[in-house]
Amino acid sequence: MTTTEQNIDQILIPILEQVSDPEIPVLSIMDMGVVRTAVIENNSVKVQITPTYSGCPAMDVIGDDIKAALKVAGYNSEIELILAPAWTTDWITPRGRKALEDYGIAAPLSAEADISVLLEGKRLVKCTNCGSKNTRLVSQFGSTACKAQFQCDDCQEPFDYFKCLK
Amino acid sequence: MKNENLYKYILGIADNSLILGQRLGELTGHGPSLETDIACTNISLDLFGQVRSYYQYAAKIAGDNRTEDDIAMLRKEREYVNVLLVEQPNTDFAYTMARQFLFDVYHFLFLTELQKSKDLTLSAIANKSIKEVSYHLRFSTDWIKRLGDGTEVSHQKMQEAIDGLWTYTDELFHQTEADIAMVSDGIGVDVTKLKEAYYNKVNAVLEESTLQIPESKWFQKGGKKGIHTEHLGYLLSDLQYMQRAYPNMEW
Ligand SMILES: [Zn+2]
Repeated sequence: MTTTEQNIDQILIPILEQVSDPEIPVLSIMDMGVVRTAVIENNSVKVQITPTYSGCPAMDVIGDDIKAALKVAGYNSEIELILAPAWTTDWITPRGRKALEDYGIAAPLSAEADISVLLEGKRLVKCTNCGSKNTRLVSQFGSTACKAQFQCDDCQEPFDYFKCLK
Repeated sequence: MKNENLYKYILGIADNSLILGQRLGELTGHGPSLETDIACTNISLDLFGQVRSYYQYAAKIAGDNRTEDDIAMLRKEREYVNVLLVEQPNTDFAYTMARQFLFDVYHFLFLTELQKSKDLTLSAIANKSIKEVSYHLRFSTDWIKRLGDGTEVSHQKMQEAIDGLWTYTDELFHQTEADIAMVSDGIGVDVTKLKEAYYNKVNAVLEESTLQIPESKWFQKGGKKGIHTEHLGYLLSDLQYMQRAYPNMEW
């Protein structure tokens, strides 16, 4: 198990909750679990974030957005990208999972179930439109590296599935 | 440079991902189907992301004004130390997947060991990257099986691709002087020890895919010393075009 230790100043939480992933606007970076540390030192904030995927172009934008949000609240800030421990989809909060589902992206399954739907054609991912599990994989990679493309065979709706990263 | 061996060692890892990422990026809009197009370019994006972490670290070690972009874009052909395998062209989809598979198996084994490096930055990059690479390996393995154990035509094309690329596999397990120095410092991975596990895994997948394991014992080498096949120059002229034509441009 990797450590999920976080050190975030209570005062900063409402500010950081306003910042979201530009590709998934309903998901705040707090619910995504990318913020590891946010501490105030002499009116300046030091923030450490972990990238979701190495090549995720959203990470640069997230860094800029955090700075902008903190600036509005009166803080200068410094953003540091840290790689270890590596981000895992387990760090998405229950509220974040719900936000994903409401937005039309199926939340990640367990690592074992993830393999069985992506490689063995198992039907376990719940359709975000009608709730049926009669769904099938269309493509292992979807609109972004973190997602796979699925389709529901009951209501025919195509949707994204957020892949398990562990 | 104080840590010259470490610098060279990092480039030895990162150049493989840069060149393979560029090859896959060439498929943007040209994949055989929308899904495989997106898959290849997403794998490319993962590799470029990993490359940035490595080159940023290398630039820090160089300690001059060098940036990650300089390292990626402004070296000459002979200064790239990627293995010959990754620079081979996208001849057809079977070649593209065979090249990916033959590299992914190695990449996964390599990163598994690199996680134990005494160098905390390298072990952190490895720990991050291996999660992505396990997806790459699943994807390429799946295609070896599908095409190998598919139709007569797909089987034949995949066999040709494996036969054609086999000669580049042995180089993965050659060591440079920087490699040897880094292994003895507890920083680098002893790639010679990965060879057995590599061929066991590759051979098992080929057998399951009803493909023949090539028998040739003659292998190409040179990439790790900067001696490349004719394909790399063309790839670099594409990769470096903007920086060469408009030095220091940004967008
Ligand atoms: Zn449905």
